[in-house]
Amino acid sequence: MNDVLNLGLVVLILGLAVWTIVAREAYAAVVGFIAYGLLLTLVWVQLHGIDVALTEAAIGGGLTGALLIGAAARLRSTEAAARAERPGPATRWVAALVSVAVTAALGLCVLVLPVPAPTLAPEVAANIAVTEVLNPITAVLLAFRAMDTLLEAIVLLFALIGVWSLAPDHAWGGRPGLLQQAEPDGMLAYAARVLPPIGIVAGMYIFWVGADHPGGKFQGATILAAMWLLVMMAGLADAPPIRRAWLRWLLVAGPLAFIGIGVVGAMSAGAFLAYPHGFAKPLILVIEFALMPTLTLILGLMLLGAPRRGEAS
Amino acid sequence: MSLVLHWWTVVAVVAGAFFFLAGTVGLLRFPDSFTRLHALTKADNLGLGLVVLGLLPQVDNVSAALKLVCIWALVLLSGATASQLIARSLRRDGSRS
Repeated sequence: MNDVLNLGLVVLILGLAVWTIVAREAYAAVVGFIAYGLLLTLVWVQLHGIDVALTEAAIGGGLTGALLIGAAARLRSTEAAARAERPGPATRWVAALVSVAVTAALGLCVLVLPVPAPTLAPEVAANIAVTEVLNPITAVLLAFRAMDTLLEAIVLLFALIGVWSLAPDHAWGGRPGLLQQAEPDGMLAYAARVLPPIGIVAGMYIFWVGADHPGGKFQGATILAAMWLLVMMAGLADAPPIRRAWLRWLLVAGPLAFIGIGVVGAMSAGAFLAYPHGFAKPLILVIEFALMPTLTLILGLMLLGAPRRGEAS
Repeated sequence: MSLVLHWWTVVAVVAGAFFFLAGTVGLLRFPDSFTRLHALTKADNLGLGLVVLGLLPQVDNVSAALKLVCIWALVLLSGATASQLIARSLRRDGSRS
């Protein structure tokens, strides 16, 4: 029975992947991609990777989907022109060949992997007690491979700076996104009043249980960012001007705290990002708490896009 | 007693699946966006509701049952909001053109 379910999932995912690639309209491709992300979530659940499933649902399907819908809406005016200039047959053949070659190389890499695959999982399992964190994913992300997580947070910050750099000169430092004028008593405003209390509790819960169960700051921050965006879309609050000092400080607070703890580790425990004995869990908590607002702001602001209007409007 | 509960689960989940199927057929076959929205929200509200009601006897503790009911309530809220917003924007576009 389970095999039938898995086989159905695989067929659906492959079908959707092909459909997303061959779809002529950017918007249709985006819808296909979002559905693809949701199905991928089910695959991760089937593989018992609940942490990855949560991240895929929140970031892969939800947040990336919303970003791509915005991009597709902006590309709509140029889409007909882009479709008119079809590349010549030579270009298309070369593109097809390169794609097939990359796919073949990837397939080959997977097939020649040694069985059983090399793994550090037993060592993680043997040493996880030192971190006092019960969820092995969190232990890996914030103790054994903390450097990766730090760089991830910094990459997100760079991405946001990249988005901001698209601002026209006159709007620099102003508010991102368009001014929303939803009806004050409409459905959207109603949802934006009812949902955030629930969403904030759910986001903080997923963030807090991340230490011992599937969950964590990325998934929690995505939910909080979604609630913030909902309130802004309903016109109940406006986006902050990006010149604000508090905003800039919060954006760098997470990575700065992370680096600071890393430096302390270099002095007291002998390596950058090493935790002194017995302090692993509290330090991990400090990092998580410092990263949470930073990630929420970055994810929300990235969806709002570049500053487009001055501070007053 | 447990046999009755098992049958309740089977009947309710099958009924829920039927509403999802009917909603999907409606989404594919109905002539315009308003009727398609109608089909879609029926699947969300009734289909998911019946599936949740069917699964309630199968959970071990009250908190899991509460979570299931919460999921249903949240889907009801978001489905109702989203379909209202889509319908309103459709009507505005229709009256403009």
